[in-house]
Amino acid sequence: MGRYGVPPGHVVDILIGRLLPGHHVADQTQQNVVLLVRLPRVLLAILVGGGLAITGAALQATFRNPLVSPEIIGVSSGASFGGALALLLGLGWAALVTGAFLFGLGALCILFLLTLGRGGAPMLMVVLGGVVTGSFFSALVALVTYLADPYTTLPAIVFWLLGSLSAASYTQVLVAVGPIMAGAVVLVLLRWRVNVLSLGDDDAKALGVHPARLRWAVLVASALVVAGAVAVSGVVTWVGLVIPHLARMWVGPDHRTLLPVSFLLGGAYVVLIDTLARSMTASEIPLGVLTAMIGAPVFFALLRRNRDRIWDGA
Amino acid sequence: MLELDGVGFHYPRADWVFRNVSLEVPPGCVTAVMGPNGRGKSTLLRCAAGLLSPQEGTVRVHGPVGFVPQAHGTAFAYRAIDMVVMGRVRQIGWFSTPGSDDWVAAHDAMERIGIAHLRDRRFPQLSGGEQQLVLVARALASESAVLLLDEPTTGLDLHNQVRILSLLRKLAADGLALLVSTHHPDHALYLATSVVLLDGSGTAVSGPANRLLDDRTLSDLYGIDVAAVTYPDGNTMRRAIVTRYE
Repeated sequence: MGRYGVPPGHVVDILIGRLLPGHHVADQTQQNVVLLVRLPRVLLAILVGGGLAITGAALQATFRNPLVSPEIIGVSSGASFGGALALLLGLGWAALVTGAFLFGLGALCILFLLTLGRGGAPMLMVVLGGVVTGSFFSALVALVTYLADPYTTLPAIVFWLLGSLSAASYTQVLVAVGPIMAGAVVLVLLRWRVNVLSLGDDDAKALGVHPARLRWAVLVASALVVAGAVAVSGVVTWVGLVIPHLARMWVGPDHRTLLPVSFLLGGAYVVLIDTLARSMTASEIPLGVLTAMIGAPVFFALLRRNRDRIWDGA
Repeated sequence: MLELDGVGFHYPRADWVFRNVSLEVPPGCVTAVMGPNGRGKSTLLRCAAGLLSPQEGTVRVHGPVGFVPQAHGTAFAYRAIDMVVMGRVRQIGWFSTPGSDDWVAAHDAMERIGIAHLRDRRFPQLSGGEQQLVLVARALASESAVLLLDEPTTGLDLHNQVRILSLLRKLAADGLALLVSTHHPDHALYLATSVVLLDGSGTAVSGPANRLLDDRTLSDLYGIDVAAVTYPDGNTMRRAIVTRYE
């Protein structure tokens, strides 16, 4: 698959060769393509896809709303602004990642301040706060693109915002693995409490859960994942919305299984879409474009078929 | 044991919903909360459950409280047993999931009220009466000695009303303390030893059920003409409340 063909048998050979010393591998170029270009890209796709999907599933439960995606808490807009700003100022790749990550978490802090002192941050305030934060940073992103040089930095910013894994390297994998796995592990650990939270604040509180505290735990974990994902891959849309629904149709709504399955399914989905993105045409199609172009119609078809099964009246 | 002492509550920048509510529900007893719509029945229950903090007075509960809200939709179609096991959340750590004893407790709670056969059904697909029973089972699974039930018979057909009422009476006989809000004076008469009447005037009236639930008090409370009739039920005389229609 892709611009440089490597037969599947050789890929297996090369991977085994790395794990078992002394195993003979024939072609050095093939080995480089597989180990240095494609393997980090696949790892990154798993991290980004899995992270966005598990975050989407957890946030849909937290806000008891099937239309919620990771973008709702404003973190991806904040991270977009951080990355776009670094590109505008021509600060290089490290600054892009750092900027995206810091502004992503900054958006979460603003959300926290917006909902502070409102009787323990009820769900509706958090949703509104997220929408406000997201819109604010989207406006700043628009300002940055407006200010950017139309011949050099503007294309770079626009392409990065569309979402891509084409620059994948082991450095990027190392950058992404910390925050994404930390957030995902926390979400998996909280998986049963998320069920209780999804009953609504009143029920959760009556059962003995502090809903605002639990919600913030989910939000912070989600923000880590989203900021990490945007930092290395730009804005990959639809994964966090569609995959949780697919996973729910498959294994049901119980978050004990839904959250881990969402991660695996999201990872597999983005690996698949990214493979299409880099091999369908001579030049790469941005990943974010494909996830939306494929995700939206598939999602609609599945929802029509299964609309009464998973959601209560939705 | 549930004790409310001089409890008063108002929402921010609003008048008192009620003041000076004092009541005591010992184990094995039922207290009914009655009053017209919008006079604070649910608010009082939510204060007792710790969901709202009253501005004055104290709420004292010995042990955890099981709150049974009015059956409402859930966002996700969990199985009935999954709903019930969530009653165990106090016994389960933050990063933990229900263990085998939690599932046993959930199943026992369902068995106790005769709905074990519903365990694998999806909650939204159950009837209103079945949903209400699942929520009662959830409160029982939490091992609370005090149950608070917000209009448990509202929206149910006659069969299910009787089913819920006899279940509640059985739970009280087993030693639980119950605080129940209801619109039906007959239900209060059947279940409760004492009642609290919230008439919106500010100060709540409480007392023994058979003294307060008579024609004059209820006519005043609801502003309509209400008559109490007595009828023989086996060897005892029972009271029923009927309304006259214009």
